[in-house]
Amino acid sequence: MAIEFPFSAIVGQDEMKLALMIAAVDPTVGGVLVFGDRGTGKSTAVRALADLLPPMKAVVGCRYNCDPSSGAQCEDCRARKGKAPKTHIVPVPVVDMPLGATEDRVVGALDLERALAQGIKAFEPGLLARANRGFLYIDEVNLLEDHLVDLLIDVAASGENVVEREGLSVRHPARFVLVGSGNPEEGELRPQLLDRFGLSVEVKTPTDLKLRIEVVKRRDRFERDRAGFIETWKPQDEKIRAQIIAGRKRLTDVAVSEGFLEKVAELCMKLGTDGLRGELTLLRAARALASLDGAKAVTDQHLKRIAPPALRHRLRRNPLDDSGSTVRVDRAIAELFGP
Amino acid sequence: MDMLSNVAAPQWADASLAAVLFAIDPVGTGGISVHAHAGSVRDQWLANVRALLPQATPIRRMPVNIADERLLGGLDLGATLSAGKIVAMRGLLADADGGVVVVAMAERLSGATAARIAAVIDRGEVAVERDGIALRQPTRFGVIVLDEGLSDDETPPAALLDRLAFQLNFAGVRYDEATTSEMAVAEIATARARLQNIVVGDDIIEALCAAAVALGVASIRGTVLAVNVARAHAALEGRDAALPEDATVAARLVLGPRATQLPQDDNQSPEEQPDQPEPPPEPPEDNADDKEPEADTEEIDVPDQPLEDVVLEAATAAIPADLLAQLRLGQARRGQAKTSGKAGAARASKNRGRPIGAAKGEPRAGVRLNVIETLRAAAPWQRIRAQTRPPGRTNAIEVRRDDFRITRFKNRTETTTIFVVDASGSSALNRLAEAKGAVELLLADCYVRRDRVALVSFRGKAAEILLAPTRSLARAKRQLASLPGGGGTPLAAAIDAAFLLAQSITRKDETPVIVFLTDGRANVARDGTSGRAKAQEDAFNSARQIRAAAMTTLLVDTSPQSSPIGPQLAVELGARYLSLPYADARLLSKAIQAAVPVAS
Repeated sequence: MAIEFPFSAIVGQDEMKLALMIAAVDPTVGGVLVFGDRGTGKSTAVRALADLLPPMKAVVGCRYNCDPSSGAQCEDCRARKGKAPKTHIVPVPVVDMPLGATEDRVVGALDLERALAQGIKAFEPGLLARANRGFLYIDEVNLLEDHLVDLLIDVAASGENVVEREGLSVRHPARFVLVGSGNPEEGELRPQLLDRFGLSVEVKTPTDLKLRIEVVKRRDRFERDRAGFIETWKPQDEKIRAQIIAGRKRLTDVAVSEGFLEKVAELCMKLGTDGLRGELTLLRAARALASLDGAKAVTDQHLKRIAPPALRHRLRRNPLDDSGSTVRVDRAIAELFGP
Repeated sequence: MDMLSNVAAPQWADASLAAVLFAIDPVGTGGISVHAHAGSVRDQWLANVRALLPQATPIRRMPVNIADERLLGGLDLGATLSAGKIVAMRGLLADADGGVVVVAMAERLSGATAARIAAVIDRGEVAVERDGIALRQPTRFGVIVLDEGLSDDETPPAALLDRLAFQLNFAGVRYDEATTSEMAVAEIATARARLQNIVVGDDIIEALCAAAVALGVASIRGTVLAVNVARAHAALEGRDAALPEDATVAARLVLGPRATQLPQDDNQSPEEQPDQPEPPPEPPEDNADDKEPEADTEEIDVPDQPLEDVVLEAATAAIPADLLAQLRLGQARRGQAKTSGKAGAARASKNRGRPIGAAKGEPRAGVRLNVIETLRAAAPWQRIRAQTRPPGRTNAIEVRRDDFRITRFKNRTETTTIFVVDASGSSALNRLAEAKGAVELLLADCYVRRDRVALVSFRGKAAEILLAPTRSLARAKRQLASLPGGGGTPLAAAIDAAFLLAQSITRKDETPVIVFLTDGRANVARDGTSGRAKAQEDAFNSARQIRAAAMTTLLVDTSPQSSPIGPQLAVELGARYLSLPYADARLLSKAIQAAVPVAS
């Protein structure tokens, strides 16, 4: 399906939209997990984002879309060093990992056809290769089979896919923004996988009648006239795209003060998050948010807004305490900044 | 049009109407869930649906345990080998494009399979990334789900039901009421052609949204489907725009069965027939974006909104009679993960469950050979092997024993721990608080193992399931804390309740573990009469069922002094016995761990 619901036409769900835009501005924030009720437009939002991403420069003929100016290149591109490679502009890949995908298609495997027909041992890249420098989207991430989860955890951390199977030994860059969505009723995520997501967003069905009416109306209009609907929302979508592009440009110029870093550390300590990943994500996400806002420096307001999605999935859970993680983060913020 | 008015049973009339509306717009309405026994009524209804659809419509019946390669598509092994190049095979969902998928025995459908179907419905295409094949095939279809579930915990996966407009129930429809459809296919075709141009006004959409909120229909998909059903009904009636009548039909058929609460406004009787003449509709608002109806969920002022009133009334009439009972179960029923497989089958198995990849190994003793992985393993060696091949044999793929790959399966054997807590007077006096404390410690343990827990308490005359199996330990803790004590000891009833619950868990291919916390002294018999001797005998009889079923059981004796009754009950239960005076937290936890079979 080529025609996606426009990103800007999604009603409400501001935190989800913001988190996705932050991931688009700064991929090092480390992916977005969207967990929530059925029918809240989780996958719609992720797929709509694909249309807003500014295109990127890549080496012509490279199966991994290598960045000509980056150090993280595949073996072929590195071997070509010295000569300037031909480049072209390609859309940022947003790769869907469908349910029921098998391991060979995810990591890549021996090209069966060429092996059987011509006796050639060739590597056929998988979804991880295609997602390099882009987004890898897994709907129903909590239904993903365990052995695939293990693979992803490893690759998402190292940024490199190492294939050792069927006599093949291949390694190639696989840096992608992991985006997952799911319904918590179907099952929980392993903490290791949770940790790989930079931001975690909780979406709820809007209970406000006005919002619900707007959702149904827009959905109905879209279904009846997709092209026309998209045309209507194009200016809004363009605005968001421009915001993302501007946010990327400004990102390195956003100032982060010493005092701000202290506050980040203090907040994480208060909440007892494991490891340093929480601090790093919080810092990067706050900076990306400031950049999106067009601010010159990161402020407390940015921190307050981004702390819940950056930290809520990193808290140690007490199974017998029913106060949600969001509440705990909010409480810690209130303590830190005052009411 | 009154082609349906001569039908006696209202349920059947609605079922027939749903079939017609589905036939007009299978994709827009999503589909129909049919709760009924296999039988002539259901067969007649299915035949009617078939007759309503155009002749060439593909109708694919899907077995509940369908493999991914058949569902989504995959490698056509025979064709691939004979052609020497990759040949893909279409899956059932791709084949059903433009038609209908019929899911039989949907109450046994696994959440994983449901999620695959749901993803294809949402995307309008099948995405295959399997066995060296990557392809996208567009497909749009409607789904008919046949649900034969007997109890409340046997329902088709919610992810699938959420995407189907209609939920029908044939209980109470006599076979002679199930008549042949009188609708002509030509009429359906006319309605189909009209569908695209029908306007559903903002007033209709607003009324349906308001009704959905008042009835507690959380998922917005329900409302979107209701809008599509209103449109299909308008098409059926030959209109250019949907009228309030269409909205009331949609509300009755789509929103009513989804209701999770009764509307706040309680001056309408649920028995009222919805097919009465409607009050004149409110003129549509021109600027609906700014002028808003009441925005608050709690206070929808129905009298000011005649159309919403009508729509809501229609939906209320269709609210299932057992709504209240369902509401109590609702929390627990949601989110039950299901595993595939047949009831009562052996759990540990090398060839059942979800495949979790392939490993080197030999296909024997029922282990399944993974042909594609085996071929992949053999492929790199073909040139070398060809050189050592004995003359006369040519052009064959040489597969050696080393190449064999087998599919590894994993069966999710989830454990549900049922706590049966004695809250009777004798226990309350002694150790109820301590028992609660013990359960709390065990709950923390259950969290570590990702177990589910259920809570049964007994006091007075009966046992009560306080908490159906859930993963929410916080809720278990809350329930436990508010558990009152006092009254008689209906031990037999408690054992029976635990046994039934454990059986329903076993049916889902999960492992139940029952933990009794009691002093074992029964004084209320199974029939509710008091009397120690009879009560005790009943309790022992009930206990023997559990022993006969060989369920994993633990008895924590809460009696203050050692008495022979506790150990005796443990023997009758076939349970491990533990006396609370000596059971500190560590010991209890260890005892449970020892009792629970290793599941991984």
